[in-house]
Amino acid sequence: MQMTRGMRIREAKAYVAQKLSVSVQDLADPVRMAEVRDDLDLGLVRSLPHRVKGIDAKFRIAELLDIGINCVNRFRDRVGKKFK
Amino acid sequence: MPKILTRMGDGFLAEVSEGELRKDLEEGTKDAAARANIPPLNEDELRHLYDIYRSSAKFTSVDIGDEVVLTYDAGTLKIRRVGIDVGRIHALQIYERLLGADTMELAHVDYSYKAVKPIVGNEQPILEQALLPSTIPLFYGAMPNLGIYSQPDGPVPNASELMPMGKIAEARAAQEEAVELAVKDMVYVGSAMYESGADGINFDTTGAAGDPDFLATLRASKILKAKYPDLCVELGMAGEFILGMHGKLEFEGVRLAGLYPHEQVKLAQSAGVSIFGPVVNTNTSKSCAWNIARAITFIKPCVANATIPIHANMGMGVGGAPVMDNPPTDAVSRASKAMVEIGRLDGL
Amino acid sequence: MGKILTRMGDGFLSEMTEGELQKDIEEGTKDAAERAGVPPLSADELKHLFDIYRSPAKFVSVEPGNEIVLSFDAGTLKLQRLGINTGRIHNIQIMERAMGADTMEMGHIDYSYKAVKPIVGDEQQEFEQALLVSTLPLFYGAMPNLAIYSQPDGPVANSAELLPLGKIAESRAAQEEAVELAVKDMVYVGSAMYESGADGINFDTTGAAGDPDFLATLRATKTLKEKYPEMCIELGMAGEFILGMHGKLEFEGVRLAGLYPHEQVKLAQRAGVTIFGPTVNTNTSRSCAWNIARAITFIKPCVANATIPVHANMGMGVGGAPVVDNPPTDAISRASKAMVEIGRLDGL
Repeated sequence: MQMTRGMRIREAKAYVAQKLSVSVQDLADPVRMAEVRDDLDLGLVRSLPHRVKGIDAKFRIAELLDIGINCVNRFRDRVGKKFK
Repeated sequence: MPKILTRMGDGFLAEVSEGELRKDLEEGTKDAAARANIPPLNEDELRHLYDIYRSSAKFTSVDIGDEVVLTYDAGTLKIRRVGIDVGRIHALQIYERLLGADTMELAHVDYSYKAVKPIVGNEQPILEQALLPSTIPLFYGAMPNLGIYSQPDGPVPNASELMPMGKIAEARAAQEEAVELAVKDMVYVGSAMYESGADGINFDTTGAAGDPDFLATLRASKILKAKYPDLCVELGMAGEFILGMHGKLEFEGVRLAGLYPHEQVKLAQSAGVSIFGPVVNTNTSKSCAWNIARAITFIKPCVANATIPIHANMGMGVGGAPVMDNPPTDAVSRASKAMVEIGRLDGL
Repeated sequence: MGKILTRMGDGFLSEMTEGELQKDIEEGTKDAAERAGVPPLSADELKHLFDIYRSPAKFVSVEPGNEIVLSFDAGTLKLQRLGINTGRIHNIQIMERAMGADTMEMGHIDYSYKAVKPIVGDEQQEFEQALLVSTLPLFYGAMPNLAIYSQPDGPVANSAELLPLGKIAESRAAQEEAVELAVKDMVYVGSAMYESGADGINFDTTGAAGDPDFLATLRATKTLKEKYPEMCIELGMAGEFILGMHGKLEFEGVRLAGLYPHEQVKLAQRAGVTIFGPTVNTNTSRSCAWNIARAITFIKPCVANATIPVHANMGMGVGGAPVVDNPPTDAISRASKAMVEIGRLDGL
């Protein structure tokens, strides 16, 4: 949120918390966030089969936070072109 | 009276009394206030700092809820420097998945935009591949490093050789030429990496070669933001004070030589920078406590003047951390806690 | 009255009053004291624990001078689990040079001595290479894991299937046969890796399959120490209590079923173990404070009875840490500090 909307840290935390439907305190709680990340397909620390990884997670992050992520947009353009 | 174990700016342990610690903090803040003509830290802030630095813990931390985010410079190079010869994509994964990094930066080992220019076509596919298995925001970074545009390795006459000969006008002309070349390289590489998907571009150690270096970076930022309005540009400084190597350069009517962080940030914002990274250099002859009081005094008005996130540089020799390759965790954790809690930063 | 932010044994955050925290710590120590017939923690120790767990800091630490050393189980596997696909030699370097590990352990992905046996030649050559580029003490480790000797994957009758059928004698015979096979495999692999230069051998999660598992490991240790008197053997337990899966097995006249850490360590010492790693399992329905008070109550008399270094197991679900894949640093740091300062450990 700092990178895309220039938000200061408190504002950024509040925004992300609201978008993920968690509390600000939850954001820095790795146990709570592991659940949230698993539920919302945002990527996990532990690498498990069939769970979202890497740029896949970034697609979800862009959608959930309602932000444009450069590599996501470009990836989408590249992959999209192939199947037109 | 019990002694407090602390460190000097060169990293070595020292024992100080409570009175000596207090005195160091007061003198550190006064030094910064006098130099930059800004308010010193107040009584409450000094007491807070004192409490942090008299702690007997090996490692201190912020309270739960006060966490900030981290950005990195020379990201992938750090793993290499400790002799772990993994590829850069693995290095990124190590940072993301093992070290819990919030963001990372892909970097070329010759960490200057001029050096990246001829190999940018090699850097782009690495970045593109790196973006696929990673989730954290990924920057591409390097230094403006105007010094390397000078002969014998670069194209322009060497200003630091011309100046002692009294050839001031020639030195200035050479630096102005270097500015033009550097802007071109930074815009070229920045554009290429953004078009390959970089989530941000980092200009590290801006101002290392003085006011020409700062000018080149501001101009490159402005051009890049005009070209790519959504680009995140992180601008990290080299020092607390813009050295007047040229002395007369201006950006949008403001002379650059002599600017401190609270003034630098305004120009950075004006140039379209997204995240600003002020730097305060460590004095190795003084204690870390002296250094952090001084650093925060510089940083606070910078944060106050900012409308963009501020990520103060912290690490070897900056931000109150000692000048050594691998700063001890006791020193870095105290400085980080102090920076976040008193400096009110948006990140480190 | 301020609320204290803490965690439950399942990792989730919870708020407690000071009174609730105090009560949990008292109940935790009582639980352990009653089960093992050992003294509960003293009032001073409970107060110390209370102070640690009521801290608002994100991360707590020991004081300088109280640092201890760390040994690891499943060392090289931990990076793989994060999805970082570097080789094991790089993983050792990462742990040594980026993570500051004091020791490391190479382990096979199928982390059992039975599974290593057929590929020990492959393990040896890679281990020999790893020793060339590392400086820290390098262990080779795996689990005794007697369960995999059972059919359908292993050669012996499955005692866990025989027991519900009331075939106690047959079940015991199967377990005794598994003990013989496991001792042979552990001695074979341990010898090979030691002869390739291993600084130590680690038997991890000893006792996971109950008293036969513990017996096999004690006997393997004894055999290896007779063969290689200088060998360092680290024996890490699976739980606080030896499950009596067989019920009648003895080592040097001492029945194994039902032993607690303060009794386990005596047998480990007699077998020739060099470093003992007691384990206390975490109860997910209780707070971490309850769990750590309980854990230290078990550990303290173990340390008191030890003439060898004691490195308590701490990590996912053991040693007062929550049962989560990636235990949060707030929980781990509190538990570690408590273990070191009150448990008086030689390492973790």
